[in-house]
Formats: sequence, structure tokens, C-alpha cells
Amino acid sequence: MSVFLQFLFSGLTIGAVYAMVGLGFNIIYNATSIINLAQGEFVVIGGLLMWFFSESLRLPFLLSIVLAITFTGLIGLLMERLTIRPIKKKDLLLMIMITIAVSIVLRGILMFKFGKDPYNYSPFTEGDPINIYGAYIQQQTLWVIGITTLCIILMYLFFNKTMLGKAMKACAVDPTAARIAGINVERMVMISFVMSAMMGAVAGIAVTPITLMEYDRGPMLAVKGFCAAIMGGLGRGRGSVIGGFIIGILESMTAGYIHSGAKDAVALIIMLVILFFRPAGIFGSKTIIDLRRF
Amino acid sequence: MYMRTIVFLLFILMPLVALAKEPYKIGAILSVTGAASFLGEPEKNTLLMLSEQINRAGGFNGVPLEIIIEDSKSDETQAVLAAKKLLEKDKVLAIIGPSTTGETMAVIPTVTAEKTPLISCASASKITEPVKERYWIFKTAPNDYSAVEAMFEYMKGIGIARIGILTITTSYGDAGRIAMKEMAPKFGLQIVADERYGPKDSDMTTQLTKIKASNAQAVVNWSVGPSQVIVTKNWHTLKLGIPLYQSHGFGSKRNISLAGKASEGVKVPLGRLVIWDKLPNNHPQKALLKKYSTDYEGRFRSEPGTFGGHAYDALMMLTEAIKKVGPDKAKIRDYLENNIKNWSGTGGIFNMSPTDHCGLDKDAFEMVVVKNGDWEILKY
Repeated sequence: MSVFLQFLFSGLTIGAVYAMVGLGFNIIYNATSIINLAQGEFVVIGGLLMWFFSESLRLPFLLSIVLAITFTGLIGLLMERLTIRPIKKKDLLLMIMITIAVSIVLRGILMFKFGKDPYNYSPFTEGDPINIYGAYIQQQTLWVIGITTLCIILMYLFFNKTMLGKAMKACAVDPTAARIAGINVERMVMISFVMSAMMGAVAGIAVTPITLMEYDRGPMLAVKGFCAAIMGGLGRGRGSVIGGFIIGILESMTAGYIHSGAKDAVALIIMLVILFFRPAGIFGSKTIIDLRRF
Repeated sequence: MYMRTIVFLLFILMPLVALAKEPYKIGAILSVTGAASFLGEPEKNTLLMLSEQINRAGGFNGVPLEIIIEDSKSDETQAVLAAKKLLEKDKVLAIIGPSTTGETMAVIPTVTAEKTPLISCASASKITEPVKERYWIFKTAPNDYSAVEAMFEYMKGIGIARIGILTITTSYGDAGRIAMKEMAPKFGLQIVADERYGPKDSDMTTQLTKIKASNAQAVVNWSVGPSQVIVTKNWHTLKLGIPLYQSHGFGSKRNISLAGKASEGVKVPLGRLVIWDKLPNNHPQKALLKKYSTDYEGRFRSEPGTFGGHAYDALMMLTEAIKKVGPDKAKIRDYLENNIKNWSGTGGIFNMSPTDHCGLDKDAFEMVVVKNGDWEILKY
């Protein structure tokens, strides 16, 4: 029993990381239909800046968090201003390719600034891991799960209850119609980049004490987070969370009961099977997907 | 008028021509960027620092040393291209590197065809074995099974019989896994669990739980990079109750500071470079380790690590050879093979021979434990 629980907790820990990263994809997707493949770099920047402010500059904990999130948001803003906005031909595939380029540039800058070593800071709450029926779970995992839940609630409220959020969703579905309705599409796109960069930073700040953070962790986080997002249904907050936890738990159970060498393969195969039967993801709706451009 | 200008120019250029003796060229192929940059970076720094020191001391009787460093980007194809460039365009006397086993294996045919000595900084034993086919190839990193032998000998000494192994799915982890499986029976050890994980995995508690359940008396983790810190933290979180052994890749103070108090009690087979200050004063390696370590830290503000040391040993061997036999590739090779005896380097005491182009064995390692945030040499 305790062994099973331990596998489950391990899966929750891994899944929480994926879910948190997956959430970031949804914001930009909801506003622009772009898949931002530099999302992993936002997570890395968040984690590394948090280290920089709290450990290197020794600023207070909360101030460091605020600064790390703000600066990452600024980088999101710069990314949109410098790379997405100047494009004349708003081709989705082109824009997705640009995000790949941005991710490579960001990784290079991070390597120069922070070097190739991993960074770490102490978890939000010090103390021993929690023992439940003989299995242990790190306190930081609970923080990550809590923060993820909070983020979903905030995202749900934003996209469904506020004018700004609804306007952003409208832009993704049909930019021309949104413009006719008087929505400033450019501004919505800009806000979405800032928000998803900030969401990435929150993820980075929360997961670094568990995974450590180094300049080239971004692509792996992006791939797994993206898997979580499409498994749950792109654009759906709770979808990416459930997707993330499913992938995490699958990986952990495969490692535990089959073999650790097979865990990535098995998790990906099961994901493909799910997508085969539900192409729009677990919570996504096929009709909506068909209506969208990408 | 023309004539005067030409004469004038000649006068200016004359001293330059006279002074600039053609330098002796040594090439280096290092993974300065890419996945193995943690190896290439300290190696590059070391070579730059050493060549400055050598040239400041007058080079080879006035002939300067020129090191040409090529970045292989941790990629086999790039490494081969770099080797061709060094051999054909720069016409180097010898090559240091590549940093990784895969890249070294890739350049061996090219280098052998050009009859040029190569000293690799990678660790797999297949680089220099069989020695007959590796006439021109040497290496300064100890064989991967030497660290395993040192660790297993210690385990046998304290009565451990069943171990669980945990390895990363990279060539480093593969090599360690194979070495451990091969060596375990020779030391009366039984491998009761064989677990793996990916290089960017964020949690290994599942694997550790399985190892614990398999009734192992110790866990051995074989990896480099952040994952070894994550394993250490997971081991501590789970309060596993069995000791954790790490590979020699753990040999950096950064790992201790990243893992914090979780690293207390972790046991590691380490080369003496990282623990030079703990060695007795009469140890033959101590003086050179101290100089290298303090020079490097003073200049680059980071630890040289075992890997920088491999490049150090390679260049020092080559300079000694060139000083003794001159710029002749075949003679340099012969010197490396026959005259590197009882030779103190950063990696250990080298003893090269026609049957051994590595020259190090398990005595290059000390078993070390993490205690109060520092290394402590284990005596048993």
C-alpha cells in the first residue's frame, strides 16, 4: 500500500510540474490560436530570476516573487512587440515558428547570463516531508498543486467573467469579426503574451525547489507541458491540469510497475490513444476545434 | 618614390618576421557548447590558462605553443569535421580531446589515418582498447570501471552484498550501468534492482522506492548534471534508510550546496583534484593539484572539476614530450607510450605502456563521504 501511495505521490509531483507549465500554453492559445513554444523558457526565466533576486541579491521572499513575475512579464511583452507584432502576414504557422526562434535566442541569453549550472533555492516552507501511510510527499509539491488550482480558478474567472477575457477569446476565434466588434486585437494579443509569460514565471518559481532550474530545461518542460495541454484539450484550464496529472501518474506507475526505462514511451502511447479517440482532448469539444484555424 | 616606400615597409616588417618563430601547434576538439558543455567548458578554460603559462615561461626553448580549440558542439559529425580541419589545414602535432566518448570514437579513424597522436578526455575504456588498434590514441580520464572498482571494493570491505543501481539514460549512465553489471560478481555483489531515468526528469522517488522494496543494502546512482542532486534530495525525502552512493560525476562542491543537508552521508569515489586540501602533505599529487586548483579558481571563479583536469594532464604530457623529442608526431607518440611512468597528474599517478594507453587504475580514486557540507576521505 505504501509503495503504491509513494508511486502516486511521485506521479503527483511530476504531474503538478507538467500541469503548471501546460496552463501557460492556454492563455496565448485562447487569445491568438498561437502555440507559444517559448513557454518553457518563460518557466526557466521565472525560476532563474527568482534565484537571482532571492539568493543572489538577498531580497525578501515576496518581493523577489513579485519582481521575478514582473520581469518575466516584461520579457513576454518585448517578445510580442519585437517578434509577433512587426509581422505583416499574420500566418499562424509562421508565428509558431517565430516562437521557436525566440526560445532558442532566450536559451542562448540565459546561458550567457547564468551559465550552464543548475540553480536552486529553499522550498516555500521548510520542514520535513509529510508522511501519509508510510509514503512521503514533499511540502513543495502541495504548494505547486495549490498554486495550480488557484491559477485555474483565476483563469476561469478571467476568461469567462470579465470583459477583457471574453474579448481575448473572441480574438482567437475570429480576429476580423473581433475587430469589427470594436475589440483592439493587437492589444489583446499583447496582453495574452504578458499574462502567459507571468503564468510561466509562477510555474518556474513554484517548481524550481523540486526540479532545480538550468538554462536548457525549457524545451523538456515545454514538450511535457504541451502534451498535458493537448491531452486535456487546448484552451481548457482544468484540461491541462488533468492532462498533466494523468501523464505524471502514468509515468510514475509505469516506472514503478513495469520498468523505469519504459516510462516515457508508455505515457506517450497512452496519450496518443486518448487523442485518437478524442482528438480535441479530454475536455475539448470537437466542434470548437473544427471551427478554429489551428 | 615607390622604391623608398618598399624599403621603408621592409624595415618595419623585418623585426616581426625575425621574431615570429613558427609556433608548435596543438589542436583541441572540445564540447564547449551543447549537451556536454559541462565537460568542454572547464577543459577549454584549462587549456587557455595553461598555454599562457607555458608561453610566459618561454614556450619550448623560445618556440611558442599555439593551442587551436575547435568547438564540437557535443556532436560527433562536428567533431570529425574539426579533426579534419586541425589535421589538414592547421597541421597540428597532436590533438587533445574530444570531451565525450561518442565523439572520440568518431574521430579515431581520421586521426589514425593521419598518424597523429590523440589524447582523449573521455572515460570509456573502449577508447584505448584494444591497444593494438589504438596505436595513436591515449586518454587521461580514468576508465569508467575504475571508479566502479574503487566503489565496489569499499562496499565489499564494509560487508554490503546486495545493491540497487539507478542510472541516467545517457551514454555516461549507460557506461556506468554496463561497468557495474560487469564488475559486481567480481566483488561478490548482487544487483537486485536496475532502474533508469531520463536526463531532465524531475522526480526519482518511484525508482528509489522500488530499489528499497527490492531489499537492497545500498543505492548507487550513476549520472551527471542536476539529476544527481534530485536523486539525493529524493533519497533524503524518502528517509530510505540505506546509504546512497554516487558516481564520480558528483565531485563538485556545487552539488553539495544545491542538495543542502540532503547530501549528508552520500558516498562518492572521487579523483583527488576536488579533495586536494584533504590529502597528506607528502602526497605526490598535492602540490600540482593545489597550484592548478587555485590558479583556475582565481581566474575563472569556479571549480576546475575533474574534467578540466583531464585536459590539464593531456597538455602537460604533450608539452613534456615535445620538449624532450621535438616536433615529431611519431616520436611524441613513442614518448607518451614509453616515458609516462610514475607520472603525477591531476587524475592520478599515470603509468602508460604499450599495453595500457590510459595509465590509471582504481587507485586514482579515493572513497569520500559528504560530512558537514564538505568532503571527507573515508578510511575503513
